[in-house]
Amino acid sequence: MLDLLSGFVQELRNAGLPVSLTENLDAMEAVRHIPLEDRDAFKYALGATMVKNSAHWRSFETVFEVYFSMRGPEYKIGEGTEDELEQMWREMQEQMQQQQGEGKGSSGGMDSLTPEEIAQMLMKALMNGDQGLMRALAKQSVQRFAGMEPGRPVGGTYYLYRTLRNLDLDNMLQKLMEASKQEVGGELTALEERLEKDEYESRIDQFKKEIEAEIRRRLVADRGAEAMAKTLRKPLPEDVEFMHASRDEMQALKKSLYPLTRKLAARLARKRRHGRKGPLDFRNTVRHSLSYGGTPAEPKFKQPRPSKPELMVVADISGSVAAFARFTLMLVYAIQGQFSKVRSFVFIDGIDEVTEFFKGTDDISEAIHRVNTEADVVWVDGHSDYGHAFEVFWDKYGKDIGPKTTVLFLGDARNNYHASQAWVIKEVRSKARQVYWLNPEPKSYWNTGDSIVGEYAAHTDGAYECRNLRQLETFVEKLA
Amino acid sequence: MEHRFSSVQQVRDSLKDVNYLADDGIAGVAFLADRLAKPILVEGPAGTGKTQLAKSVAEMLGARLIRLQCYEGLDESKALYEWNYKKQLLRIQADKNSDSWSEVHDDIFSREFLLTRPLLEAISAPDPVVLLIDEVDRVEVETEALLLEILSEYQVSIPELGTITATQIPMVFLTSNNTRELSEALKRRCLYLHVDYPSMEREKEIVLAKVPDITENLADQVARIVRSIRQLDLKKAPSVSETLDWARTMMLLNIDSIDAQTAKETLHVLLKYQSDIAKAAKELSVGLT
Repeated sequence: MLDLLSGFVQELRNAGLPVSLTENLDAMEAVRHIPLEDRDAFKYALGATMVKNSAHWRSFETVFEVYFSMRGPEYKIGEGTEDELEQMWREMQEQMQQQQGEGKGSSGGMDSLTPEEIAQMLMKALMNGDQGLMRALAKQSVQRFAGMEPGRPVGGTYYLYRTLRNLDLDNMLQKLMEASKQEVGGELTALEERLEKDEYESRIDQFKKEIEAEIRRRLVADRGAEAMAKTLRKPLPEDVEFMHASRDEMQALKKSLYPLTRKLAARLARKRRHGRKGPLDFRNTVRHSLSYGGTPAEPKFKQPRPSKPELMVVADISGSVAAFARFTLMLVYAIQGQFSKVRSFVFIDGIDEVTEFFKGTDDISEAIHRVNTEADVVWVDGHSDYGHAFEVFWDKYGKDIGPKTTVLFLGDARNNYHASQAWVIKEVRSKARQVYWLNPEPKSYWNTGDSIVGEYAAHTDGAYECRNLRQLETFVEKLA
Repeated sequence: MEHRFSSVQQVRDSLKDVNYLADDGIAGVAFLADRLAKPILVEGPAGTGKTQLAKSVAEMLGARLIRLQCYEGLDESKALYEWNYKKQLLRIQADKNSDSWSEVHDDIFSREFLLTRPLLEAISAPDPVVLLIDEVDRVEVETEALLLEILSEYQVSIPELGTITATQIPMVFLTSNNTRELSEALKRRCLYLHVDYPSMEREKEIVLAKVPDITENLADQVARIVRSIRQLDLKKAPSVSETLDWARTMMLLNIDSIDAQTAKETLHVLLKYQSDIAKAAKELSVGLT
């Protein structure tokens, strides 16, 4: 048991979860009080003692699934243990045959089903929300469609894709909706339709998860838990790189952005309030001395009011770095209370001011969407041209830069071998309070190929690598 | 020490008796907290029943609930203990002439002159208590240190008096809305429980349990609509308490089946931002003009 747990802790640490020694000891203590047969209780016991951040829970779950997947009866792969499911399956099949009034006669278990029949079963299971049948179907479809072979060096996502492609779940939703309409006999109201759709979507999602889990189990059986844990290791949301995030990871990023901005704003406000005391406030002291008969017994100090910086964000929104620009803009606008004024500009080879889009709307993602669709940023061909964009920026908006302004440039500085026009940055710096460059590329890629970030960086107060949310957060906190 | 609970299932059942529907995680962690004699740190979005959990556990154990509401600027004298200066002063003046200095000195720093605040009260109480430290993320990082001794050792050190150790180990709940990262030292001493919005089935059960006389059908509708709304990208998703308010509203309005129109008109019970209401109203009436 001890070995098992220490191995598990090791795996958690490898996945990036900080597990301290005391937490490890707590976990050992905790499992002594839990019946080990109870898988859920065991999982929660480990979770409560070792995972102290809700964002880490997903990673913990994955590691747990993989590491302990071979233990526990319902997770066996062998066919022998599936008697119960098989039984259910046959019953379902008989029912269906009776309903259809066809005497097909054949009922040779799951293996003899045609893909159409499987699809039909699945639809039925989804309609009734039948968990047991869904799990059985997930197993069956993985076995049939994924085409898994022992020792094949392919990732789990490949098998997932193959299975899902065969099941055609997108159409399934459509069919389910139609079926439920028929059941009611007539049109559903819009509200009902929406609710039905959400219901089915969540069931389909659940089914997909079953399939994923099944694939994982099979892979673990094939390759062993240690090897699997390595390939399944997912970065925590704050460590996901902007430039290489998948769609799911983007969603997770978006979700973690909001709580992050709240935290950041609270921290900044606190910092501002708890600054050192200012110089003696003479007027106020004399005013208060009246209640002590003219003796200045209670000295009063001025509250320091550090001026809030003005911020100009100039962001490259061409394809390669769009995600990064989006997140930075979101973050900046979410904490705009910390700045006296925020203006934002976006460019590809032309440049456009987009401050207006953020005004008078609470919905930042809506504004970002407008930026992406409405801003006029293409000058010639829609390939990044930093030089031209900067030139126009200087001509049009250069006069607005003052000694209180902080200017942020965002981009990878991949200039497609156009002229750099780095003198603009130099001019901007001479007028502005501070100039920073944020680059979403790893530092080792800087100044390779057509990247000329070095030329620009030479004229700034600092160029920073901002590959993930964690780095971005650190920078923004420093800025405000 | 006597254990309060015999099994996870028992925790779950007794919580259900006091109208708190716990899921596996909640019951499991509560059970462990008792066995390991450790505090529970409950984190999650606002209005998911974090404070209610502590209250329900207290009710279920028949224990007194001692609550410390945290806020910025909370200090030792509000959370732990304070010397009763006025009483001390009176004591000194009362017999100015008779006692020698050393006697008075020893005397005025005794239990009699100590004002107990929630934390000290919780560990010195002779009867069973549940200590709730609410919204612990609101205090400054430095103030968190105040809690450390009591959370790990169940004792309070008072320089003039010595160390007061707990007569019985209370169940301790800390809640946090996650507005800032709590310090490692604090987290390490606690069991962690993340309470999220309940699943649709659980929410329906909660509505059924908490709103008297509601029909199964209406509860189901309420839970389903709320789930749909939570899936939208909102500033503040509806909390469980708001769901309950909404269900009660439906009862008061004598509505037994919700249509798009009623839903739209009563959305302000669920959502508290105008932009959220507008968005949800738009989404709920897809297809309608």
